[in-house]
Amino acid sequence: MSQFPDSSPPVFAERNYLNTPATGLKSWLTTLDHKRIGVMFLITTLIFFAVGGLFAMLIRIELLTPGPTIMDAMSYNRMFTLHGVVMIFLFMIPAIPSGFGNFLLPIMVGAKDVAFPRLNLLSFYVYLLGALIALGGMIYGGADTGWTFYTPYSTTTTTKVVPILLGAFILGFSSILTGLNFIVTVHTLRAPGITWNKLPLFVWSIYGTSVIQILATPVLGMTLLLVAIEHAFGWGIFDPARGGDPVLFQHFFWFYSHPAVYIMILPAMAVISEVVCAFSRKNIFGYKAVAYSSLGIAFVGFFTWGHHLFTSGQSAFNAGVFGVLSMFVGIFTAIKVFNWVATMYKGSISFKTPFVYFIGFLFFLFFGGMTGVALATVSLDIHWQDTYFVVAHFHFIMVGSTIMAFLAALHYWWPKITGRMYNERWGLVGATLVVSGFVFTFLPQFLLGNEGMPRRYFNYPERFQALNVASTAGASVLGIGFLVILVYILVSLKYGPVAGPNPWGSRGYEWLTPSPPPLENFDELPAFERGPHEYHDLPGVEAVAPGAGSSHA
Amino acid sequence: MNDLLRRLLFLPPQLSRHARDVDGLHFFVVITTLVAGFLIFATALVFMIRYRRRREGEATPEVQPKHWHEAVFVGVPLAFFLLWFAIGYPQYVETTQPPPGAMDVFVQGKKWMWKFAYQGGPSSIDVLRVPAGRPVRLLITSRDVIHSFYVPELRLKQDALPGRYTQTWFQADQPGRYQVFCAEYCGLSHSGMLAELVVLPAPEFDIWIAEQRRGEARAQDAALTGSERSMPGSSILDQGRRVAADQGCLKCHSVDGSRHIGPTFIDLYSRHEKLTTGEVITADEAYLTRSMMDPAAQLVAGYQNVMPSFQGRMTPPEVAAVVEYIKSLKTPATDAGPSEGPVYEPIPR
Repeated sequence: MSQFPDSSPPVFAERNYLNTPATGLKSWLTTLDHKRIGVMFLITTLIFFAVGGLFAMLIRIELLTPGPTIMDAMSYNRMFTLHGVVMIFLFMIPAIPSGFGNFLLPIMVGAKDVAFPRLNLLSFYVYLLGALIALGGMIYGGADTGWTFYTPYSTTTTTKVVPILLGAFILGFSSILTGLNFIVTVHTLRAPGITWNKLPLFVWSIYGTSVIQILATPVLGMTLLLVAIEHAFGWGIFDPARGGDPVLFQHFFWFYSHPAVYIMILPAMAVISEVVCAFSRKNIFGYKAVAYSSLGIAFVGFFTWGHHLFTSGQSAFNAGVFGVLSMFVGIFTAIKVFNWVATMYKGSISFKTPFVYFIGFLFFLFFGGMTGVALATVSLDIHWQDTYFVVAHFHFIMVGSTIMAFLAALHYWWPKITGRMYNERWGLVGATLVVSGFVFTFLPQFLLGNEGMPRRYFNYPERFQALNVASTAGASVLGIGFLVILVYILVSLKYGPVAGPNPWGSRGYEWLTPSPPPLENFDELPAFERGPHEYHDLPGVEAVAPGAGSSHA
Repeated sequence: MNDLLRRLLFLPPQLSRHARDVDGLHFFVVITTLVAGFLIFATALVFMIRYRRRREGEATPEVQPKHWHEAVFVGVPLAFFLLWFAIGYPQYVETTQPPPGAMDVFVQGKKWMWKFAYQGGPSSIDVLRVPAGRPVRLLITSRDVIHSFYVPELRLKQDALPGRYTQTWFQADQPGRYQVFCAEYCGLSHSGMLAELVVLPAPEFDIWIAEQRRGEARAQDAALTGSERSMPGSSILDQGRRVAADQGCLKCHSVDGSRHIGPTFIDLYSRHEKLTTGEVITADEAYLTRSMMDPAAQLVAGYQNVMPSFQGRMTPPEVAAVVEYIKSLKTPATDAGPSEGPVYEPIPR
């Protein structure tokens, strides 16, 4: 058993992945190390998150008043399209799986690297290529279709929709390559001692995500290609005047994009399962239920796409089937919520920044999820479809849940990735600002949707203004929160106290190795005798974990 | 109770029995969500306080769920979800099955206006008149991209699809004026694609529709007859104005000088316009006609290339009438005319 002696002072590992084999830019750009690739993914996706966030702020400022505030209708339409495309394809889908997943998954299964390190690097460059082509399209003219690219609008618009479609098409390959890599890694590279039932829950959820990425992304690729072909050559696939079917696109698109919602939320659940155990110092309540419900979500998620089409003239029978199936996804999510809450029972709960994000996550996932089930009752969806209610609902899931989990992950694994602690006090300030700013941004939007304000409206009747102003005010708090986080996290890179291998006293496998980890992940492979979420057999002498007090410095 | 909850949730007034039914489910869903949320978060809060960390590195007991735990975690939410669905789904099915004898209105969406046509010929742009207390079936289609017909007060929405018809129906209780939105993103003026639902007392509607059918040959455009004065002795101008409204010119071109998606019509004739190419032209009859047939050819600087071609969609006399109508629009001679759809008065809450 290779436990680190828990009483040693925190040390910054001398030989680590940041300085081996070299520190130059070239050694980073040509690296095959999953940790470096993960870090490069994290940095790139965070840059795009900032870009998408800037678009979001401009949208909120524009909506302060009816009519033009700071831009004209065309710029506004481009702005919300770019906001959606950047946030979903460039940030949300790759951020947790390709960023944190790449860094952590091989360590968590006790492997030296992923199964195909070269494919892993290729995935990063494919992502960069797709991102650059999409960005080029945005700078060159932008598209005004919304991120959903509904036909026949997208095939007839005069804006530059083809480069953006092509960019998203290429990004899909990055997603597939990473997913494939993870699945093979989990099946073939688990260290002796790590059986399927001793896999960290993070790995289970990322595994579920990878399955969706491999099965669903090709459908998106084909669909986007068909739209690009129709836009460029006018083959009439979606054009009723030539025997095409405009609604066919919606079926194709949501067959990918609904599972894609689970590509975004499953990794968030992956993070939360780790965080709730580590900060409650408690075994997960119902390991199998939490692990298998991830696979359940991945599976049932493929059969719910029709709930996006309740108003588009599908048969009442279809609406009924898709409505009921959508509720089952809600059940799998409910199982997780109950088990996370129950995990705290008889725990030893520490209110560090990642745990505060867990509380925010739980709140947003509960209300985002319940409004999702309410939307699946069909009759309520008829009123809410394409209004701000839906906007608020999916932002509760995507921003409320996924971003909270992303921030929880960033703080929880920051000492592992960088070897240094962020400032805990500023961490709590940032978390409070972000969580409260988020509530004030999107609660008014639920009410706007109830009142009947449709989404993607540049102009709106005056009776909607008060709630729009409230939402923009909340967005400013949210923006300030993100700026606070950016500042203290960058400061900690240089001035943060040394964290040591396991500042949280966590039982996760990734904390068994020094921080930052060595190139080969473990100096000496541990025996992995204990599960990754087991806290019950701690001898009393292991009272203080190394570096636990240094976070207040 | 109903009214209090409705106002708390910012829901608009309920114009039909369907709207009241849907709101009933809405209240039930909100109440169960809040109760469930309270129970879960109160439990979480108790755990967080009672089991807060008192000492670093505490050992904790291993707690595993029993089978009945997981059964409750699955069973209770599933029961409520299915109950919601059992209430909501029949409400939806009802909207797909119009009662026999419902009055048909044909609805056509196009960028960026709504056209409503009644049996027997009358039609109107952006104003849908229906009788109170009688079922109305809407047969909805689109001429270009996908739009969506949405009246919040009816809790009703139905997409308008090019190349096929969709249907829905409603029965409005109260006379009044309500706003129709386009809910499916359709481009530059998506948020301007508004219409008005005017619910008339049934006898009044009968008189109106009879009048419309009688005067069918004279004026089809009910939207403009109310707000416009006729110009005696100039029938070609009347025709031009009607065609301009019918074809949707006025959705993008104002006639009172206000800035809109396209250049304003007032004083357009013989105006010097700078084109995107930098060239300066005089807007004479030839230019106006060409701009209708091939709008992209000579685009005025500062405007987007969004206007569709009207080649083949207007007869030559109609084109001439529109040109004459534009020529007639001069500052001293013109009153502010309709330009941006119906004037909408906010409904008091």
